[in-house]
Amino acid sequence: MIIELTVNGRRIECDGDVSVAAALLNAGISAFRTTQTGEPRAPLCGMGTCFECRVTIDGVSGQRACLVTARDGMNIVTDDQR
Amino acid sequence: MISADIVVIGAGPAGLAAAATAAQSGSSVLLVDERSAPGGQIWRGTASRAAASWLARIEAQRVRTSFETAIVDVDAPHGMYGMRGTHPLRIEAGRAVVLATGARELFLPFPGWTLPNVVGVGGAQALLKSGWNVRGRKAVVAGTGPLLLPVAAALARAGARVEAVIEQAPRHAVARFAANLWRTPRRLGEALRYRLSFARTPYITGSWVVHARGDGVVREAVVTDGASERVIGCDILCTAYGLVPAVELPLLFGCALDRERVVVDELQRTSVDGVFCAGEVAGIAGKDAAIVEGTIAGLAATGRITEAKRLVRARSAYADMAARMNEAFALRPELKQVAGDDTVVCRCEDVSLGMIVGCSALREARVLARVGMGPCQGRVCGPALRQIFGWEREGVRPPLLPVTIEALATFGDTATEQT
Repeated sequence: MIIELTVNGRRIECDGDVSVAAALLNAGISAFRTTQTGEPRAPLCGMGTCFECRVTIDGVSGQRACLVTARDGMNIVTDDQR
Repeated sequence: MISADIVVIGAGPAGLAAAATAAQSGSSVLLVDERSAPGGQIWRGTASRAAASWLARIEAQRVRTSFETAIVDVDAPHGMYGMRGTHPLRIEAGRAVVLATGARELFLPFPGWTLPNVVGVGGAQALLKSGWNVRGRKAVVAGTGPLLLPVAAALARAGARVEAVIEQAPRHAVARFAANLWRTPRRLGEALRYRLSFARTPYITGSWVVHARGDGVVREAVVTDGASERVIGCDILCTAYGLVPAVELPLLFGCALDRERVVVDELQRTSVDGVFCAGEVAGIAGKDAAIVEGTIAGLAATGRITEAKRLVRARSAYADMAARMNEAFALRPELKQVAGDDTVVCRCEDVSLGMIVGCSALREARVLARVGMGPCQGRVCGPALRQIFGWEREGVRPPLLPVTIEALATFGDTATEQT
Protein backbone atom coordinates (compact mmCIF):
# COMPACT_ATOMS: atom_id res chain seq x y z
CA MET A 1 0.00 0.00 0.00
CA ILE A 2 1.27 3.45 -0.92
CA ILE A 3 0.92 6.13 1.73
CA GLU A 4 1.61 9.83 1.76
CA LEU A 5 3.82 11.76 4.18
CA THR A 6 4.65 15.42 4.51
CA VAL A 7 8.37 15.98 4.93
CA ASN A 8 9.52 19.56 5.58
CA GLY A 9 6.32 20.74 3.93
CA ARG A 10 6.80 18.57 0.82
CA ARG A 11 4.51 15.64 0.00
CA ILE A 12 6.20 12.32 -0.57
CA GLU A 13 4.84 8.86 -1.27
CA CYS A 14 6.23 5.66 0.20
CA ASP A 15 5.30 2.06 0.93
CA GLY A 16 3.20 1.65 4.02
CA ASP A 17 5.55 -0.72 5.82
CA VAL A 18 8.79 1.26 5.75
CA SER A 19 10.42 3.10 8.63
CA VAL A 20 10.36 6.87 8.63
CA ALA A 21 14.16 6.77 8.26
CA ALA A 22 13.93 4.66 5.10
CA ALA A 23 11.16 6.86 3.72
CA LEU A 24 13.30 9.96 4.17
CA LEU A 25 16.42 8.36 2.70
CA ASN A 26 14.41 7.11 -0.27
CA ALA A 27 13.03 10.63 -0.80
CA GLY A 28 16.60 11.87 -1.23
CA ILE A 29 16.95 13.50 2.18
CA SER A 30 20.57 13.01 3.12
CA ALA A 31 20.79 15.31 6.15
CA PHE A 32 18.44 14.48 9.04
CA ARG A 33 20.00 17.08 11.28
CA THR A 34 22.79 19.63 11.25
CA THR A 35 25.34 19.96 14.03
CA GLN A 36 26.18 23.24 15.74
CA THR A 37 29.20 23.47 13.45
CA GLY A 38 27.01 23.02 10.38
CA GLU A 39 27.81 19.41 9.50
CA PRO A 40 25.04 17.23 8.09
CA ARG A 41 24.20 14.02 9.97
CA ALA A 42 22.08 11.05 9.00
CA PRO A 43 21.24 7.56 10.32
CA LEU A 44 24.24 5.56 11.53
CA CYS A 45 23.02 2.58 13.55
CA GLY A 46 19.57 1.96 12.07
CA MET A 47 18.38 0.45 15.35
CA GLY A 48 17.67 3.24 17.79
CA THR A 49 21.06 3.60 19.46
CA CYS A 50 22.73 6.64 17.96
CA PHE A 51 19.91 9.21 17.77
CA GLU A 52 21.42 10.66 14.58
CA CYS A 53 18.10 10.18 12.74
CA ARG A 54 15.99 12.11 15.22
CA VAL A 55 13.19 14.12 13.66
CA THR A 56 9.95 15.80 14.69
CA ILE A 57 6.90 13.68 13.91
CA ASP A 58 3.45 15.24 14.21
CA GLY A 59 4.83 17.90 16.51
CA VAL A 60 6.74 15.56 18.83
CA SER A 61 10.46 16.26 18.62
CA GLY A 62 13.35 13.87 19.21
CA GLN A 63 11.71 10.83 17.58
CA ARG A 64 14.09 8.22 16.23
CA ALA A 65 13.05 7.88 12.59
CA CYS A 66 14.56 4.39 12.36
CA LEU A 67 12.21 3.04 15.06
CA VAL A 68 8.97 4.56 13.80
CA THR A 69 6.93 2.94 11.03
CA ALA A 70 5.65 5.45 8.50
CA ARG A 71 1.90 6.02 8.68
CA ASP A 72 -0.35 7.79 6.20
CA GLY A 73 -0.61 11.52 6.83
CA MET A 74 2.40 11.80 9.11
CA ASN A 75 3.97 15.23 9.22
CA ILE A 76 7.73 15.00 9.55
CA VAL A 77 10.18 17.83 10.06
CA THR A 78 13.88 17.03 9.99
CA ASP A 79 15.88 18.54 12.79
CA ASP A 80 17.80 20.90 10.52
CA GLN A 81 14.56 22.45 9.20
CA ARG A 82 13.09 23.35 12.59
CA MET B 1 -0.03 0.05 35.21
CA ILE B 2 0.59 -3.29 33.50
CA SER B 3 1.58 -6.21 35.65
CA ALA B 4 2.41 -9.83 34.95
CA ASP B 5 4.14 -12.68 36.77
CA ILE B 6 7.03 -12.53 34.34
CA VAL B 7 8.07 -9.47 32.38
CA VAL B 8 10.43 -9.98 29.45
CA ILE B 9 12.24 -6.96 28.01
CA GLY B 10 13.35 -7.41 24.40
CA ALA B 11 11.50 -9.43 21.75
CA GLY B 12 14.45 -10.85 19.83
CA PRO B 13 15.24 -14.59 19.79
CA ALA B 14 16.16 -14.73 23.50
CA GLY B 15 13.15 -12.70 24.65
CA LEU B 16 10.68 -14.60 22.46
CA ALA B 17 12.00 -17.94 23.73
CA ALA B 18 11.89 -16.75 27.35
CA ALA B 19 8.34 -15.39 27.03
CA ALA B 20 6.93 -18.44 25.22
CA THR B 21 8.61 -20.85 27.63
CA ALA B 22 7.57 -18.99 30.77
CA ALA B 23 3.97 -18.78 29.54
CA GLN B 24 3.83 -22.56 29.07
CA SER B 25 3.77 -23.04 32.82
CA GLY B 26 0.63 -20.97 33.16
CA SER B 27 2.33 -17.80 34.38
CA SER B 28 1.10 -14.50 32.99
CA VAL B 29 3.79 -13.04 30.76
CA LEU B 30 4.32 -9.57 29.34
CA LEU B 31 6.76 -9.06 26.46
CA VAL B 32 8.06 -5.54 25.89
CA ASP B 33 10.05 -4.16 22.97
CA GLU B 34 11.12 -0.78 21.71
CA ARG B 35 10.28 -1.60 18.11
CA SER B 36 6.80 -1.85 16.62
CA ALA B 37 7.07 -5.60 15.94
CA PRO B 38 8.73 -8.63 17.53
CA GLY B 39 11.80 -10.40 16.16
CA GLY B 40 14.63 -8.18 17.34
CA GLN B 41 17.27 -7.01 14.91
CA ILE B 42 18.04 -10.45 13.54
CA TRP B 43 14.51 -11.54 12.71
CA ARG B 44 13.02 -8.18 11.80
CA GLY B 45 11.13 -8.28 8.56
CA THR B 46 12.23 -11.83 7.73
CA ALA B 47 10.19 -14.84 6.82
CA SER B 48 12.48 -17.14 8.84
CA ARG B 49 10.78 -20.37 9.82
CA ALA B 50 12.29 -20.28 13.31
CA ALA B 51 11.00 -16.76 13.84
CA ALA B 52 7.52 -17.73 12.65
CA SER B 53 7.33 -20.69 15.00
CA TRP B 54 8.31 -18.59 18.05
CA LEU B 55 5.83 -15.88 17.08
CA ALA B 56 3.11 -18.53 16.76
CA ARG B 57 3.99 -19.81 20.23
CA ILE B 58 3.82 -16.30 21.68
CA GLU B 59 0.33 -15.95 20.25
CA ALA B 60 -0.84 -19.42 21.27
CA GLN B 61 0.40 -18.96 24.83
CA ARG B 62 -1.42 -15.64 25.10
CA VAL B 63 1.68 -13.67 25.94
CA ARG B 64 0.71 -10.04 26.30
CA THR B 65 2.85 -7.57 24.40
CA SER B 66 3.71 -3.91 24.64
CA PHE B 67 5.58 -2.71 21.56
CA GLU B 68 7.05 0.71 20.82
CA THR B 69 7.75 0.72 24.55
CA ALA B 70 11.13 1.75 25.90
CA ILE B 71 12.09 1.14 29.53
CA VAL B 72 13.66 4.26 31.02
CA ASP B 73 13.84 3.58 34.75
CA VAL B 74 13.48 0.79 37.30
CA ASP B 75 11.95 0.64 40.71
CA ALA B 76 12.79 -2.02 43.30
CA PRO B 77 12.39 -4.88 43.24
CA HIS B 78 10.81 -5.63 39.81
CA GLY B 79 9.06 -2.48 38.72
CA MET B 80 9.89 -0.40 35.69
CA TYR B 81 8.93 2.87 34.08
CA GLY B 82 8.56 2.96 30.34
CA MET B 83 7.51 5.22 27.53
CA ARG B 84 5.08 4.04 24.87
CA GLY B 85 5.42 6.81 22.35
CA THR B 86 4.82 9.88 24.46
CA HIS B 87 2.86 8.05 27.16
CA PRO B 88 4.54 7.16 30.44
CA LEU B 89 3.82 3.65 31.63
CA ARG B 90 4.46 1.64 34.76
CA ILE B 91 5.24 -2.06 34.45
CA GLU B 92 5.48 -4.49 37.33
CA ALA B 93 6.68 -8.08 37.44
CA GLY B 94 5.19 -10.17 40.22
CA ARG B 95 7.78 -12.89 40.09
CA ALA B 96 10.73 -12.24 37.80
CA VAL B 97 12.15 -10.07 35.07
CA VAL B 98 13.99 -11.47 32.04
CA LEU B 99 16.21 -8.89 30.35
CA ALA B 100 16.97 -9.78 26.73
CA THR B 101 18.12 -6.38 25.54
CA GLY B 102 20.55 -7.75 22.94
CA ALA B 103 23.55 -5.97 21.56
CA ARG B 104 24.51 -3.05 19.41
CA GLU B 105 27.35 -2.39 17.00
CA LEU B 106 30.80 -1.24 18.00
CA PHE B 107 31.74 1.84 16.00
CA LEU B 108 35.36 2.97 15.91
CA PRO B 109 35.70 6.59 14.81
CA PHE B 110 37.73 7.46 11.71
CA PRO B 111 38.01 10.69 9.72
CA GLY B 112 34.78 11.15 7.77
CA TRP B 113 32.67 8.63 9.69
CA THR B 114 30.07 11.31 10.45
CA LEU B 115 29.25 11.78 6.75
CA PRO B 116 25.71 10.83 5.71
CA ASN B 117 25.54 7.33 4.19
CA VAL B 118 28.31 6.07 6.43
CA VAL B 119 26.29 3.51 8.38
CA GLY B 120 26.87 0.45 10.50
CA VAL B 121 27.09 -3.04 9.03
CA GLY B 122 24.12 -4.30 11.04
CA GLY B 123 22.87 -0.74 10.61
CA ALA B 124 22.76 -1.13 6.84
CA GLN B 125 20.92 -4.42 7.25
CA ALA B 126 18.43 -2.85 9.65
CA LEU B 127 17.79 0.05 7.28
CA LEU B 128 17.44 -2.34 4.32
CA LYS B 129 14.92 -4.45 6.22
CA SER B 130 12.96 -1.32 7.03
CA GLY B 131 12.69 -0.37 3.37
CA TRP B 132 15.84 1.54 2.40
CA ASN B 133 16.16 1.55 -1.40
CA VAL B 134 19.79 1.04 -2.43
CA ARG B 135 19.22 0.01 -6.05
CA GLY B 136 22.08 1.10 -8.28
CA ARG B 137 24.16 2.47 -5.39
CA LYS B 138 27.81 1.60 -4.92
CA ALA B 139 28.45 0.13 -1.49
CA VAL B 140 31.54 -0.84 0.50
CA VAL B 141 31.13 -3.17 3.47
CA ALA B 142 33.97 -2.98 5.98
CA GLY B 143 34.60 -4.15 9.49
CA THR B 144 34.97 -7.61 10.94
CA GLY B 145 33.34 -10.96 11.46
CA PRO B 146 30.83 -13.21 9.73
CA LEU B 147 28.16 -10.46 9.64
CA LEU B 148 29.94 -8.78 6.71
CA LEU B 149 28.84 -11.59 4.39
CA PRO B 150 25.06 -11.57 4.86
CA VAL B 151 25.03 -7.78 4.77
CA ALA B 152 27.01 -7.66 1.50
CA ALA B 153 24.66 -10.33 0.15
CA ALA B 154 21.57 -8.38 1.24
CA LEU B 155 22.88 -5.20 -0.39
CA ALA B 156 23.60 -7.08 -3.62
CA ARG B 157 20.14 -8.67 -3.55
CA ALA B 158 18.60 -5.23 -3.08
CA GLY B 159 20.28 -4.05 -6.25
CA ALA B 160 23.37 -2.28 -4.86
CA ARG B 161 26.76 -2.74 -6.47
CA VAL B 162 28.98 -4.05 -3.70
CA GLU B 163 32.44 -2.71 -4.62
CA ALA B 164 34.42 -4.45 -1.89
CA VAL B 165 34.11 -6.32 1.38
CA ILE B 166 36.92 -5.29 3.73
CA GLU B 167 37.79 -7.55 6.70
CA GLN B 168 40.26 -6.27 9.28
CA ALA B 169 41.28 -9.74 10.48
CA PRO B 170 44.34 -11.20 8.74
CA ARG B 171 43.85 -13.77 5.99
CA HIS B 172 45.25 -16.68 8.02
CA ALA B 173 42.82 -16.05 10.91
CA VAL B 174 39.83 -15.88 8.56
CA ALA B 175 41.02 -19.02 6.74
CA ARG B 176 41.37 -20.93 10.01
CA PHE B 177 37.90 -19.84 11.10
CA ALA B 178 36.42 -20.83 7.73
CA ALA B 179 38.21 -24.19 7.82
CA ASN B 180 36.53 -24.89 11.15
CA LEU B 181 33.08 -24.31 9.73
CA TRP B 182 32.84 -27.95 8.62
CA ARG B 183 31.91 -28.67 12.24
CA THR B 184 28.71 -26.70 11.67
CA PRO B 185 27.63 -27.58 8.10
CA ARG B 186 24.61 -25.30 8.21
CA ARG B 187 26.82 -22.29 8.82
CA LEU B 188 29.26 -23.37 6.14
CA GLY B 189 26.39 -23.59 3.65
CA GLU B 190 25.16 -20.15 4.68
CA ALA B 191 28.62 -18.62 4.29
CA LEU B 192 29.05 -20.10 0.80
CA ARG B 193 25.61 -19.01 -0.30
CA TYR B 194 26.24 -15.45 0.89
CA ARG B 195 29.65 -15.33 -0.75
CA LEU B 196 28.23 -16.52 -4.09
CA SER B 197 25.62 -13.78 -4.11
CA PHE B 198 28.36 -11.17 -4.47
CA ALA B 199 30.86 -13.45 -6.21
CA ARG B 200 32.42 -10.73 -8.38
CA THR B 201 33.15 -8.50 -5.39
CA PRO B 202 36.64 -8.70 -3.86
CA TYR B 203 36.76 -9.91 -0.25
CA ILE B 204 39.87 -8.22 1.10
CA THR B 205 41.31 -9.41 4.41
CA GLY B 206 43.85 -7.68 6.66
CA SER B 207 42.52 -4.26 5.65
CA TRP B 208 40.48 -1.50 7.21
CA VAL B 209 38.98 1.90 6.42
CA VAL B 210 41.10 4.88 7.51
CA HIS B 211 39.17 7.71 5.91
CA ALA B 212 35.84 8.51 4.27
CA ARG B 213 35.55 11.52 2.01
CA GLY B 214 32.56 13.23 0.48
CA ASP B 215 30.62 16.39 -0.16
CA GLY B 216 27.55 16.21 2.07
CA VAL B 217 27.40 12.43 1.58
CA VAL B 218 30.16 9.84 1.38
CA ARG B 219 31.84 9.52 -2.04
CA GLU B 220 34.89 7.39 -1.38
CA ALA B 221 36.51 5.20 1.23
CA VAL B 222 40.24 5.07 1.80
CA VAL B 223 41.33 1.57 2.78
CA THR B 224 44.73 0.41 4.01
CA ASP B 225 46.43 -2.91 4.61
CA GLY B 226 49.00 -1.19 6.80
CA ALA B 227 51.45 -0.78 3.92
CA SER B 228 49.56 0.90 1.11
CA GLU B 229 46.28 2.71 0.69
CA ARG B 230 43.65 2.33 -1.96
CA VAL B 231 40.65 4.54 -2.69
CA ILE B 232 37.28 2.93 -3.43
CA GLY B 233 34.44 5.04 -4.76
CA CYS B 234 31.09 4.45 -3.00
CA ASP B 235 27.74 6.06 -2.18
CA ILE B 236 27.26 3.92 0.90
CA LEU B 237 29.97 2.87 3.36
CA CYS B 238 28.89 0.25 5.89
CA THR B 239 31.35 -0.16 8.70
CA ALA B 240 31.39 -1.43 12.29
CA TYR B 241 33.55 -3.73 14.37
CA GLY B 242 31.33 -6.37 15.85
CA LEU B 243 28.82 -6.17 18.68
CA VAL B 244 28.75 -4.97 22.27
CA PRO B 245 26.09 -6.07 24.77
CA ALA B 246 23.38 -3.50 25.57
CA VAL B 247 23.80 -3.56 29.35
CA GLU B 248 22.22 -0.27 30.46
CA LEU B 249 18.96 -1.75 31.75
CA PRO B 250 20.62 -4.65 33.63
CA LEU B 251 23.01 -2.10 35.17
CA LEU B 252 20.08 -0.02 36.33
CA PHE B 253 18.69 -3.12 38.05
CA GLY B 254 22.09 -3.48 39.73
CA CYS B 255 23.28 -6.58 37.85
CA ALA B 256 27.01 -7.28 38.03
CA LEU B 257 29.05 -7.08 34.83
CA ASP B 258 32.23 -8.77 33.75
CA ARG B 259 34.03 -7.34 30.72
CA GLU B 260 30.89 -5.48 29.67
CA ARG B 261 28.69 -8.58 29.77
CA VAL B 262 26.07 -9.28 32.40
CA VAL B 263 27.26 -12.07 34.69
CA VAL B 264 24.82 -14.99 34.71
CA ASP B 265 24.93 -18.46 36.20
CA GLU B 266 23.98 -21.63 34.32
CA LEU B 267 20.30 -20.83 34.87
CA GLN B 268 20.72 -17.30 33.45
CA ARG B 269 20.30 -15.76 36.92
CA THR B 270 22.07 -12.43 37.40
CA SER B 271 23.52 -11.15 40.66
CA VAL B 272 20.11 -9.60 41.45
CA ASP B 273 17.37 -11.80 42.85
CA GLY B 274 14.57 -12.42 40.34
CA VAL B 275 16.40 -10.73 37.47
CA PHE B 276 17.49 -13.01 34.59
CA CYS B 277 19.45 -12.14 31.49
CA ALA B 278 19.45 -14.07 28.21
CA GLY B 279 20.97 -13.60 24.78
CA GLU B 280 23.69 -11.23 23.62
CA VAL B 281 23.41 -9.01 26.70
CA ALA B 282 25.08 -11.84 28.63
CA GLY B 283 27.77 -12.38 25.97
CA ILE B 284 27.84 -12.28 22.17
CA ALA B 285 27.19 -15.83 20.97
CA GLY B 286 24.61 -15.59 18.19
CA LYS B 287 20.91 -16.32 17.83
CA ASP B 288 20.99 -20.09 18.40
CA ALA B 289 22.69 -19.60 21.76
CA ALA B 290 20.23 -16.79 22.52
CA ILE B 291 17.25 -19.11 21.94
CA VAL B 292 18.64 -21.71 24.34
CA GLU B 293 19.47 -19.06 26.94
CA GLY B 294 16.00 -17.56 26.61
CA THR B 295 14.42 -20.99 27.04
CA ILE B 296 16.54 -21.66 30.14
CA ALA B 297 15.60 -18.26 31.58
CA GLY B 298 11.90 -18.86 30.87
CA LEU B 299 12.04 -22.22 32.63
CA ALA B 300 14.14 -21.06 35.56
CA ALA B 301 12.05 -17.91 36.08
CA THR B 302 8.95 -20.10 36.49
CA GLY B 303 10.61 -22.58 38.83
CA ARG B 304 11.15 -25.42 36.33
CA ILE B 305 14.74 -25.91 37.39
CA THR B 306 15.14 -29.58 36.39
CA GLU B 307 14.00 -28.88 32.83
CA ALA B 308 16.21 -25.81 32.67
CA LYS B 309 19.26 -27.77 33.78
CA ARG B 310 18.75 -30.25 30.95
CA LEU B 311 19.51 -27.46 28.48
CA VAL B 312 22.72 -26.29 30.08
CA ARG B 313 24.87 -28.60 27.99
CA ALA B 314 23.24 -27.43 24.75
CA ARG B 315 24.09 -23.90 25.79
CA SER B 316 27.75 -24.60 26.41
CA ALA B 317 28.16 -26.10 22.92
CA TYR B 318 27.61 -22.64 21.46
CA ALA B 319 30.31 -21.15 23.66
CA ASP B 320 32.99 -22.92 21.55
CA MET B 321 31.79 -21.31 18.35
CA ALA B 322 31.69 -17.90 20.02
CA ALA B 323 35.22 -18.35 21.37
CA ARG B 324 36.56 -19.34 17.94
CA MET B 325 34.89 -16.31 16.43
CA ASN B 326 36.31 -13.91 19.01
CA GLU B 327 39.78 -15.28 18.44
CA ALA B 328 39.63 -15.12 14.65
CA PHE B 329 38.16 -11.64 14.50
CA ALA B 330 40.07 -10.01 17.38
CA LEU B 331 40.48 -6.29 16.66
CA ARG B 332 43.90 -5.26 15.42
CA PRO B 333 45.66 -2.55 17.46
CA GLU B 334 46.01 -0.25 14.43
CA LEU B 335 42.26 0.44 14.63
CA LYS B 336 42.86 2.46 17.80
CA GLN B 337 45.08 4.84 15.84
CA VAL B 338 42.68 5.60 13.00
CA ALA B 339 40.93 8.59 14.62
CA GLY B 340 42.91 11.82 14.35
CA ASP B 341 42.78 14.88 16.61
CA ASP B 342 40.06 16.41 14.40
CA THR B 343 37.93 13.24 14.29
CA VAL B 344 34.62 13.54 16.11
CA VAL B 345 34.35 10.82 18.74
CA CYS B 346 31.17 11.90 20.57
CA ARG B 347 28.75 12.55 17.73
CA CYS B 348 25.95 13.94 19.90
CA GLU B 349 28.08 16.64 21.51
CA ASP B 350 30.52 17.19 18.64
CA VAL B 351 33.61 16.35 20.68
CA SER B 352 36.77 15.57 18.74
CA LEU B 353 39.51 13.26 19.90
CA GLY B 354 41.97 16.13 20.29
CA MET B 355 39.70 17.76 22.92
CA ILE B 356 39.95 14.80 25.30
CA VAL B 357 43.25 13.17 24.44
CA GLY B 358 44.87 14.33 27.69
CA CYS B 359 42.08 12.96 29.91
CA SER B 360 42.66 9.94 32.11
CA ALA B 361 39.12 8.61 32.39
CA LEU B 362 35.65 8.89 30.86
CA ARG B 363 34.48 11.00 33.78
CA GLU B 364 37.16 13.59 33.14
CA ALA B 365 36.29 13.70 29.44
CA ARG B 366 32.63 14.13 30.33
CA VAL B 367 33.23 16.95 32.80
CA LEU B 368 35.71 18.67 30.49
CA ALA B 369 34.06 18.27 27.11
CA ARG B 370 30.54 16.79 27.57
CA VAL B 371 31.52 13.41 26.13
CA GLY B 372 28.57 11.04 26.35
CA MET B 373 26.09 13.68 27.54
CA GLY B 374 23.97 13.88 24.41
CA PRO B 375 20.82 11.96 23.51
CA CYS B 376 22.57 8.61 22.93
CA GLN B 377 23.98 8.80 26.46
CA GLY B 378 27.39 7.50 25.49
CA ARG B 379 26.10 4.35 23.79
CA VAL B 380 28.19 5.07 20.69
CA CYS B 381 31.26 6.88 22.07
CA GLY B 382 31.53 4.89 25.32
CA PRO B 383 32.48 1.54 23.72
CA ALA B 384 34.72 3.36 21.20
CA LEU B 385 36.64 5.17 23.94
CA ARG B 386 36.92 1.93 25.85
CA GLN B 387 38.69 0.46 22.80
CA ILE B 388 40.86 3.52 22.12
CA PHE B 389 41.89 4.48 25.66
CA GLY B 390 40.80 1.51 27.76
CA TRP B 391 38.41 3.77 29.69
CA GLU B 392 35.94 1.86 31.84
CA ARG B 393 32.28 2.85 31.77
CA GLU B 394 30.80 5.04 34.44
CA GLY B 395 27.61 3.92 36.13
CA VAL B 396 24.31 4.35 34.39
CA ARG B 397 21.72 6.89 35.40
CA PRO B 398 18.00 7.11 34.71
CA PRO B 399 16.25 8.02 32.57
CA LEU B 400 17.90 5.66 30.09
CA LEU B 401 16.50 7.63 27.17
CA PRO B 402 15.52 11.27 26.76
CA VAL B 403 11.99 11.80 28.13
CA THR B 404 9.95 14.92 28.65
CA ILE B 405 9.86 16.57 32.07
CA GLU B 406 6.11 16.00 31.95
CA ALA B 407 6.58 12.23 31.66
CA LEU B 408 9.37 12.18 34.22
CA ALA B 409 7.12 13.91 36.73
CA THR B 410 4.63 11.04 36.60
CA PHE B 411 7.25 8.43 37.50
CA GLY B 412 6.85 7.34 41.08
CA ASP B 413 3.52 9.09 41.32
CA THR B 414 0.89 6.37 41.11
CA ALA B 415 -1.99 8.85 41.01
CA THR B 416 -1.09 10.07 37.52
CA GLU B 417 -0.04 6.79 35.96
CA GLN B 418 -1.39 5.97 32.57
CA THR B 419 -1.68 2.61 30.95
